[in-house]
Amino acid sequence: MAHFQARIYVTLRPSVLDPAGVAVCSGLHQLGYEAVESVRIGKYIEVALDAADQGDAETQLDQMCDRLLANPVIENYRFELNELAST
Amino acid sequence: MKFGIVVFPGSNCDRDVAYVTRDVIGQPTRMIWHQDTDLSDLDVVIVPGGFSYGDYLRCGAIARFSPVMNSVINHAQQGKWVLGICNGFQILTEVGLLPGALTRNRDLHFICDRVPLKITPHRTPWTSQYDPDQVITLPIAHGEGRYHADADTLKALADHDQILFRYCDHEGAIDDTTNPNGSASNIAGITNPQGNILGMMPHPERAADPVLNATDGLGLFKSLLAA
Repeated sequence: MAHFQARIYVTLRPSVLDPAGVAVCSGLHQLGYEAVESVRIGKYIEVALDAADQGDAETQLDQMCDRLLANPVIENYRFELNELAST
Repeated sequence: MKFGIVVFPGSNCDRDVAYVTRDVIGQPTRMIWHQDTDLSDLDVVIVPGGFSYGDYLRCGAIARFSPVMNSVINHAQQGKWVLGICNGFQILTEVGLLPGALTRNRDLHFICDRVPLKITPHRTPWTSQYDPDQVITLPIAHGEGRYHADADTLKALADHDQILFRYCDHEGAIDDTTNPNGSASNIAGITNPQGNILGMMPHPERAADPVLNATDGLGLFKSLLAA
């Protein structure tokens, strides 16, 4: 078993309206950041897990994201995976 | 007709629903703790409103995996009645019993209001006690009630007469200005293609007792009894 750290990014699909992002975008404009074109807000999730190898960890994470961490009807996800030195 | 009402940690409309099914329409009713799995004695399972498991991650996302939900799916697959109200609707979409998803309201506000709704023009077991195209008023109370689905799903819902309730004005006009939360096609409540599963954001159980001066929700429960 190896130990892994995953950084998971869950984002709204482009077709889904993000009213919170629109509100933050207008807040940035009010602060004077006129150059901001758009803001989309997502979720960032850190997961520590044990897996046989990198491939096993990726398989597990895909399942976790498809089943719970993201809702495929409205969200996309991607993740970065790092193997941690065993302690 | 025997009713069961699912109780999750964080459900808060469960007793309101039980009051209507047990006391107002006089039907045997029992509460179903979220870890119970035997629903074989029930004709109708109601997933009530609230904030199941704190609505962490997404509304209904954690509730979806509680032991009772597999039994609710089995109950539904046998063609028996399932009604999800508000958080219950969110859970039914998360678990895949109904298509689409409920997302953050267009204007970001939590909306607590009474809104007019247009009943489907088609005869359904859930609305038989209403007139086709009747306009009723029901309470809504949600922060994440904006119905979202892709264009194909919306077309299928319309083609198969699955849209039972739509937000409208008091005259029944349906457009963007009569849409409180930005829902696609002003959708407030839909069924599955077979019609035995209904999910809706408005609260019929909060408008089913004359004492409240609001009884437009009672027809839904009476329709079920006649089904």
